[in-house]
Amino acid sequence: MFEQVVFYTFAAVLTLAAGMVITVRNPVHAALFLVLAFFASSGLWLLLEAEFLAIALVLVYVGAVMVLFLFVVMMLDINLTVLREGFARYLPIAGIAAVLMFVAVGSVLTQEKFTLAKTAAEVAHPADYNNTRELGLALYTQYVWPFEIAAVLLLVAIIAAIALTLRHTRQTKAPKPEKQVAVRREDRVRLVKVEAERQG
Amino acid sequence: MGNLLLAIVLLPLAGAILAGLFGRQIGRAGAHWVTSGTVGLAFVLSALVWKQIVLDGAPVYNANLYTWLSAGGVDLHVGFLIDQLTATMMVTVTFVSWMVHIYTIGYMHEDPGYQRFFAYISLFTFSMLMLVMSNNFLQLFFGWEAVGLVSYLLIGFWYTRPTAIYANLKAFLVNRVGDFGFLLGIGAVLMYTGSLDYAEVFKAAPALADTTVSIWGGQEWSLMTLTCLLLFVGAMGKSAQVPLHVWLPDSMEGPTPISALIHAATMVTAGIFMVARMSPLFEMSQTALAVVLAIGAITAFFMGLLGLVQNDIKRVVAYSTLSQLGYMTVALGASAYSAAIFHLFTHAFFKALLFLAAGSVIIGMHHEQDMRKMGGLRKHMPITYWTSLIGTLALIGFPGFAGFFSKDAIIEAVELSKTPGAEYAYWAVLSGVYITALYSFRLVFMVFHGEERMDHHTLEHLHESPAVVTVPLMALAVPSVVIGALGIGSMVFGDYFGASIQVAHEHDVLKHMAEHFHGVVPFITHGMTQLPFMLAMAGVATAWVLYLKSPGIPASIAAALSPLHKLLLEKYGFDRFNEWFFAGGARGTGGLLWKVGDVGLIDGLIVNGSARLVGWWAGVVRHVQTGYLYHYAFAMIFGLLVLLAVFVHGALS
Amino acid sequence: MLTLTHFLTLGAVLFCLSVAGIFINRKNVIVLLMCIELMLLAVNMNFIAFSHFNGDVAGQVFVFFILTVAAAEAAIGLAILVVLFRNRSSINVEDLDAMKG
Repeated sequence: MFEQVVFYTFAAVLTLAAGMVITVRNPVHAALFLVLAFFASSGLWLLLEAEFLAIALVLVYVGAVMVLFLFVVMMLDINLTVLREGFARYLPIAGIAAVLMFVAVGSVLTQEKFTLAKTAAEVAHPADYNNTRELGLALYTQYVWPFEIAAVLLLVAIIAAIALTLRHTRQTKAPKPEKQVAVRREDRVRLVKVEAERQG
Repeated sequence: MGNLLLAIVLLPLAGAILAGLFGRQIGRAGAHWVTSGTVGLAFVLSALVWKQIVLDGAPVYNANLYTWLSAGGVDLHVGFLIDQLTATMMVTVTFVSWMVHIYTIGYMHEDPGYQRFFAYISLFTFSMLMLVMSNNFLQLFFGWEAVGLVSYLLIGFWYTRPTAIYANLKAFLVNRVGDFGFLLGIGAVLMYTGSLDYAEVFKAAPALADTTVSIWGGQEWSLMTLTCLLLFVGAMGKSAQVPLHVWLPDSMEGPTPISALIHAATMVTAGIFMVARMSPLFEMSQTALAVVLAIGAITAFFMGLLGLVQNDIKRVVAYSTLSQLGYMTVALGASAYSAAIFHLFTHAFFKALLFLAAGSVIIGMHHEQDMRKMGGLRKHMPITYWTSLIGTLALIGFPGFAGFFSKDAIIEAVELSKTPGAEYAYWAVLSGVYITALYSFRLVFMVFHGEERMDHHTLEHLHESPAVVTVPLMALAVPSVVIGALGIGSMVFGDYFGASIQVAHEHDVLKHMAEHFHGVVPFITHGMTQLPFMLAMAGVATAWVLYLKSPGIPASIAAALSPLHKLLLEKYGFDRFNEWFFAGGARGTGGLLWKVGDVGLIDGLIVNGSARLVGWWAGVVRHVQTGYLYHYAFAMIFGLLVLLAVFVHGALS
Repeated sequence: MLTLTHFLTLGAVLFCLSVAGIFINRKNVIVLLMCIELMLLAVNMNFIAFSHFNGDVAGQVFVFFILTVAAAEAAIGLAILVVLFRNRSSINVEDLDAMKG
């Protein structure tokens, strides 16, 4: 009973927040509602005993990604009126698309396959069950290669983001290693033979 | 013996390689010494082989020296079959070739392509020896094509002359027609006997006598008839039988030694040799023999007629060659293979002699070949005159000379033959005798007798040719006289050829004739009372009247019979028909395919059309690419919906 | 009693809302990016639900990777957005038609 109350509360908050994300005028508000949506999901994930991911979602998404969003939104001086053009015009189409998709997915969900009888019984974990440990075991053994690739992916993303946004200015005093390496002796040193002056 | 035979074959090849590839290093003299030496040595060795096989009665040599490849139960060998027939051919080929080599030293003296020429004729000798010495069909075909190649190269030897290029192209194309039939014939042999070896094929042949094959429309053909006819098509091409004869007169564009060696004495007789070699096969098909007989008779008579109206000295001799090849073919058709080979043998000597004599005349006339500008050369070139008179007498079959024996044997054989069409062939060859005498003495009278019609400058420089030219003439004149009398008894009526030529009992006319043969002298005296001799004499007399006594008559005859005269000048329209039908037809078809098929259909419709279609379609779909992000997003969502619908549909049903 | 269907339905609702968001906010790239984040959240919800009800931790590993990719995507997407705005002084999608055919 308690679980159901928690589920419906968080589900309601999540749906409401998602709805606000797509409808509010101001992108700052949209971002804040997205944060709310993430918090609600995080709560639901705790209900599903995915504690590590719930915490990661809050830390990574709310702490980093959404702050980035907010930062960008606020940094850019955006003309909101232009961006809202055609909002009403596209509302019916959006509704039809969403309903169609929901009907399609829903027709699958009502099948026998997804009833309780078909899924495995919920495993009652002992009190000292550690979700983080289980996930870590899977990640660092079976999924170690994908994990490494994910690390590389993040590195690439960092470099790409910096490379894209970096402004090159002439004032930078940083040395250029490639030019230092390419230097040849003739460019720098000139050997001059000087005749010894004769005494007297 | 294998090494000896290999030496005979490879010596001319070595000479050809030395003269051809290292001609610059060894020089002009080096080239002629090397090639004449190797071919002369090959002749000596051939004579040795001939002595062993024919005189000492050594057993027939048949062995494979090298296996070229074996695939699927078929072994392709390089091997030699040396029997009496082959030995005779070897001696003939190497002797004539040797004479021509020596003669060439004088004839080609000033030519810049001297070494090249010697390389070619030595290569020809090699090819021809491979052809005659082969013990299987494939090697025969190799030699067959190799001599064709050398013939092509030599007709076009003076490759800066457009006429020479035209002539060698023509020879090549016409011979391809023959080779096509020949190759099909070889294919039929391989298909039904599973072997290309002569001995095995001949052994397997009797079992196939009643086999029939269905080519099209369910019509049944006798296998043997079909095979023999196909093989004979090859012989028709190489031995210039109607209607594949058109290349031979044009081949006279080549240097005269070549006309003598290739286009008179040796290569053109390859077809005759081949049919004689295949005698066990041809004997099994009456139909094929009848066709051979008919074609030979047509060639013998009608090609001789053409010789009457030609004015180019070499072309007269060329048409005479055609006619004589017709005689040989007639003999083959009448199953008188020995007589055919005997005529081939004698003809090789006297026709080479006639050509070389004509060449000598041409040298003397400073490369003038029109007989109307000659005359009275007898005084200026006595050796040439006497030798060519000997050759001419041999050609017309004057009793005692070589041609008399071989030609009389053929005519008599045809008279006795029971092959269908033999009666008609008999009249053709008989009339041919008169025609032969007429055009041969027309040549002699126009060139060597009568008034001197050449211009003043030529007349001043007119003198006998050098020794390298006249020595071969004399060397060839001797066999032209005596070889017939020496050979008739054994080669035609004796068992000279042994088992190399096989004649079915009911076809064996020569055996019948042999019963009435009592030696050379009675044969001559008997011949002098016969129709052919009288016809020949009549021909000589006619020629004397027309071209010496009153030279105005031929013109009035030509005027009186102008349609006939025109037909002869047009060579019965073979060339015109070929140009119009085959060449024109091929060009027309090509043009049609080019304009409609290539330009219209492939380029226009398929290539450009598909490009234009793609361009048009791209022009239509480019409007889909709006460049707006949300359009792409919508497209993705739409696609997602469709996929979802498909999967859901699949999951629900 | 909570079943798998509850969570899957929630995920579907979330997904459909973000699809609708893409349609109605078609001109604002920032909100489009946010909609994509929402979509990924819906997918993650499904993964974790399946993981929980099937007792298999692999589903959570998948979510982990999706979070990684989503973070990278957000970082690069926003970087592109910043560069875009710097060059054009606008983030209006209508102005971005350089790929027009």
